[in-house]
Amino acid sequence: MKRIYSVLVENHAGVLSKVAGLFARRNFNIDSLVVGETNSRDVSCMTIVSSGDERTIEQIEKQLNKKLDVIKVKTFKESMSICRELTLIKVRYNKENRRDIMENCDIMKAQIVDMSKNLMMIQICDTPERVEVFIEMLRTISIVEIARTGTVALTKCRESEK
Amino acid sequence: MKGSQAIVKCLQEEKVEVVYGYSGVAIAPFYDSLGETDIQQILVRTEQNAAHCASGYARISGKVGVCAVTSGPGATNLITGIATAYADSIPLVCITGQVNSELIGSDVFQEADITGAAESFVKYSYLIRDAADIPRIFKEAFHIANTGRKGPVLIDIPIDIQQQEIGKFVYPEKVNMRTYKPTVEGNAVQIKKVVKEVARAKRPIICVGGGVHLSGAVEEIRKFSKDNQIPVVSTMMGIGVMNSFDPLYFGMVGNNGRPYANRALNESDLLLMVGARVADRAVNRPDLITENKILIHIDVDPAEIGKNVGPTIPLVGDISHIFKKINEFEDKEDLIHKRKDWIDTLNSYRLSMQEDRPKIDTDKYVDPMKFINKLSIKLPEDAIYIADVGQNQIWSCRWHLVKQGRFLTSGGMGTMGYSIPAALGAKYAAPDKKVIAVMGDGAFQMSMMELSTLKQYRIKVGLIVFSNNYLGMVREYQHYSLQDRYNMVKLHETPHLDKIAEAYDMKYLRASTQNEAEKLINDLMSADESVLCEVVVDPMDLSK
Repeated sequence: MKRIYSVLVENHAGVLSKVAGLFARRNFNIDSLVVGETNSRDVSCMTIVSSGDERTIEQIEKQLNKKLDVIKVKTFKESMSICRELTLIKVRYNKENRRDIMENCDIMKAQIVDMSKNLMMIQICDTPERVEVFIEMLRTISIVEIARTGTVALTKCRESEK
Repeated sequence: MKGSQAIVKCLQEEKVEVVYGYSGVAIAPFYDSLGETDIQQILVRTEQNAAHCASGYARISGKVGVCAVTSGPGATNLITGIATAYADSIPLVCITGQVNSELIGSDVFQEADITGAAESFVKYSYLIRDAADIPRIFKEAFHIANTGRKGPVLIDIPIDIQQQEIGKFVYPEKVNMRTYKPTVEGNAVQIKKVVKEVARAKRPIICVGGGVHLSGAVEEIRKFSKDNQIPVVSTMMGIGVMNSFDPLYFGMVGNNGRPYANRALNESDLLLMVGARVADRAVNRPDLITENKILIHIDVDPAEIGKNVGPTIPLVGDISHIFKKINEFEDKEDLIHKRKDWIDTLNSYRLSMQEDRPKIDTDKYVDPMKFINKLSIKLPEDAIYIADVGQNQIWSCRWHLVKQGRFLTSGGMGTMGYSIPAALGAKYAAPDKKVIAVMGDGAFQMSMMELSTLKQYRIKVGLIVFSNNYLGMVREYQHYSLQDRYNMVKLHETPHLDKIAEAYDMKYLRASTQNEAEKLINDLMSADESVLCEVVVDPMDLSK
């Protein structure tokens, strides 16, 4: 089962390694982990995507809560949230496939953000599934390198109002 | 005021009586300031034992144990002691010196990233970057260590911070941490549910763990058991919660425990797990335990509940608070009659499930079972008995009888060499009580350097070494699992303990027959000094 943990932590040095270390030590998976500041300066938000059986999911939440640098843990399913991932993809292009690439970008609402004589950089910001689909499409052409941010997520507005 | 003086002031504010440690350059300013106070300092002979001493002190005094060592190897040596305390949830504040703030990260002499290295063994840790933070950090550290699920807190202090001038010293009155608010009071609805299930149960049982001691809930549990006529079993860490002579007490559970205790646990229809984490040593197959019973799990740490076994009724909070509330409910109609059959059944198991001991030639060796039994009967009611790790630990768990005293051991981590330094700390916390440490000749050699500390500070404890020239517990494993291929377990050339005792000006007693053992116990009881007792046991003896 996949779960998203939105973890508010004190914005101290070393907190990231404590949280990451907890996952390693207790044999929990990390599919992705993103850290950034929140609207208050002394609080960071970590978005962690993990998977495991029911007991593991519960333990992850409890163990996170036990960490003294953790302010709050929210756990939710993907369906309860809006998830986004920003990805930059560098591809090699030529006269023959240029049109194809641009068409793909159009369909998937991706943007070309940089280019040179032979290379093109594409930016896509979408759900992790759609990013995956887009990367699969480009694989048939020629990907040079990829940088992905990992998932950031917030619960849907109506979930927050409950 | 300098940083080092501020630290010492914090220790005084926290009413610290004793600091165990080892000096070094990076912690020298602290000890310089500490020396000016009347806080007792105890210089141990290796850093690991400073933490064990503090642990023994904390477990008996109920206060936070404090140890302080230098940077680099001093700090890394401390880690096993910290991990030992962490595994048994013992409250410690561990202070480590650190190299100059500006040099951190450049791999200078005696630099170690101790907050990083100890991360998985501490409840929390600090690296102090500004001496002005000292009062707040110490206030928090003592609070964190001794509340909620207790445990060690590490404070790493660079030498320049110890020397830094701070302005006016103000010790905070309250801790204000938004991330740390442990649950003390149990949920009232859950407590009611527990009371209801207890009243309804036909075959209830309580399994007590170390959490009961840590919460100071021994009297509440004894009262609850008696009022409701509920039999009690315990984990290794829970030994001593019940008086061993209490007719409602049925011994230790687990693969090293009593078969009748395990059977009682299995056949119960209601199990109250109290301050125990249902770990592998106590419960063989946690997943099966809820098959035929209602499980109520009471613990201060919510993460323990459901970690190894899913409970029917979870109840988070301080055990002492919770049982005070539970004991207030008065609905005890004819319970003694209602539970009589169940208790009779358990008593019949106790009588019929006695185990056979291997035959011991008592003209050549001392039978550890008889020895420990005799010893514990002769000991004063409130004696403190500390078992090390190995066969001696299992023998002690099974045969030592606790009345009003305490039984200490390294239950979670199983750290050999724990008993001598823990005895040293325990004796400081309870100078009027008899303190006995029991160990094998392996564990003895891991911490015999502390005989020197005992002598230096005139600390009077009884040390009992079961000598068999073997690492007996591992030999026993090799006997059962490796077809008697004994490798890396024979302690050739064990030093003559009489000469060791002589070297430290200690009284020495020896017994190698049952008759000598009885005399030894009498001599030990009447001794008013530290005694090293060598008790020769059969190398081929088994722990049960």
